[in-house]
Amino acid sequence: MTGLRIEEHPILDFPKRKKVKFFFEGREMEGYEGEPIAAALHAAGVKVLHHSLKLARPRGFFCAIGNCSSCLMIVDGVPNVRACTERLREGMSVERQVGRGPSLTGR
Amino acid sequence: MEYDLIVVGGGPAGLSGALKAAQNGVRVALIDRQEQLGGQLVKQTHKFFGWSQRYAGVRGIEIGRRLRDAVCAEPRITVFAGTEALGYYPDNSLLIESPSGVSRITAKTFLFATGAQERMLLFRGNDLPGVYGAGAVQTLMNVYGVRPGRSVLMVGSGNIGLIVSYQLRQAGVTVRAIVEALPQVGGYAVHASKVRRLGIPILTRHSIKEAHGTECVEGATIWEVDDKFRGIPGTEKDLDVDVICLATGLTPLGDLLWQAGVSMTYVPELGGFVPIYDENMETERPGIFVAGDAAGIEEASTAMLCGEIAGLSVAAKIGKIPRQRFEEERNALAQELSALRSGPLSNKVRTGYERIRALVQGRRGR
Repeated sequence: MTGLRIEEHPILDFPKRKKVKFFFEGREMEGYEGEPIAAALHAAGVKVLHHSLKLARPRGFFCAIGNCSSCLMIVDGVPNVRACTERLREGMSVERQVGRGPSLTGR
Repeated sequence: MEYDLIVVGGGPAGLSGALKAAQNGVRVALIDRQEQLGGQLVKQTHKFFGWSQRYAGVRGIEIGRRLRDAVCAEPRITVFAGTEALGYYPDNSLLIESPSGVSRITAKTFLFATGAQERMLLFRGNDLPGVYGAGAVQTLMNVYGVRPGRSVLMVGSGNIGLIVSYQLRQAGVTVRAIVEALPQVGGYAVHASKVRRLGIPILTRHSIKEAHGTECVEGATIWEVDDKFRGIPGTEKDLDVDVICLATGLTPLGDLLWQAGVSMTYVPELGGFVPIYDENMETERPGIFVAGDAAGIEEASTAMLCGEIAGLSVAAKIGKIPRQRFEEERNALAQELSALRSGPLSNKVRTGYERIRALVQGRRGR
């Protein structure tokens, strides 16, 4: 993991959690179990989570509380998952979403 | 199961409201979309000033912990965490989505304490990854233990901008500058001096002109602004930053209130559209109460007091406490509230609340 993880803090303790492996665009990555997907990706240096509907502009997270829809990703094949609140689990597959993402009904 | 009260939002207002109601005999369902209750308190590492000896010198995270523990120990409160409110129905039910699925719960009364969202600012590149709301930066660092980046431009010098700048430094992140479009710092002098002592420059009459980068933020240009907040060409400065943090204010989260058909009004001093409500925190839709930022942007101390007033009013409305005791207790809380709002930095919100009071009185007179 890169230097973006806070190891020491004057006020807060971040208890060590279980490390899990997950896949981002097919690449194997590591994060902590139960943290939001976006936090694990951010710590791994991934800032672009989504591409916008009309102009395919890159989108990262903005609000981090599941409100703004800037971080919608495809998780285990399901589009429009809010990566800033969805919790990371072992073996998850996470992909960047373009616009509304693939249709689940195949249309 | 029917409840007496459903509280939507487990931040300082919702938790205080649920507790006050439950302590007076009300059976409460408390729902929050996060799994951890506490709202914004879970990320507030700074010490509160407190009031009337309550919470003075206590950190926000600790206040959140105390409220959470009290709520979880209260047998009359059922907590639905990780649960979202999807919609209010006029048969007094609320459609909710919890980890176990979609269901419906009903109650005699409701307290909507849904909080606020960050305000966006217009500048080129404002949609790039690396532009975050100040609350998001706080969540990422103080809740999840991840730095937002290495070098930050903070936009806005209100209390949030100042406190988050300080917290960024505590997390080992460089803050290049705080820009403030007004001629003076917006937040408390005590926070501003703390930030200045750390060597972070606060540039008043400055704003962001644009963010640079193709995939994410790679830099920012700031410039001076005139009295009408227009940028002055020729004053541009480039900053080497990978994060732009917007602390440019909040606006109430009123989706559920709009959907429930509560009368709303636009009050810029309170952050935008707010519900119209009386001194008991009840809206014009009887049985629907509001508290906290959803009722007007303020801060956690006043949110807790408004939550308590709402919780007490619910207890009185459904006949759990006698009228006289209710009025005595409510007046005491209202007094604490006006003491908290008496400082010069509360001029704006006082104006805002006076407008709502005038509106309510005008309607009563008709």
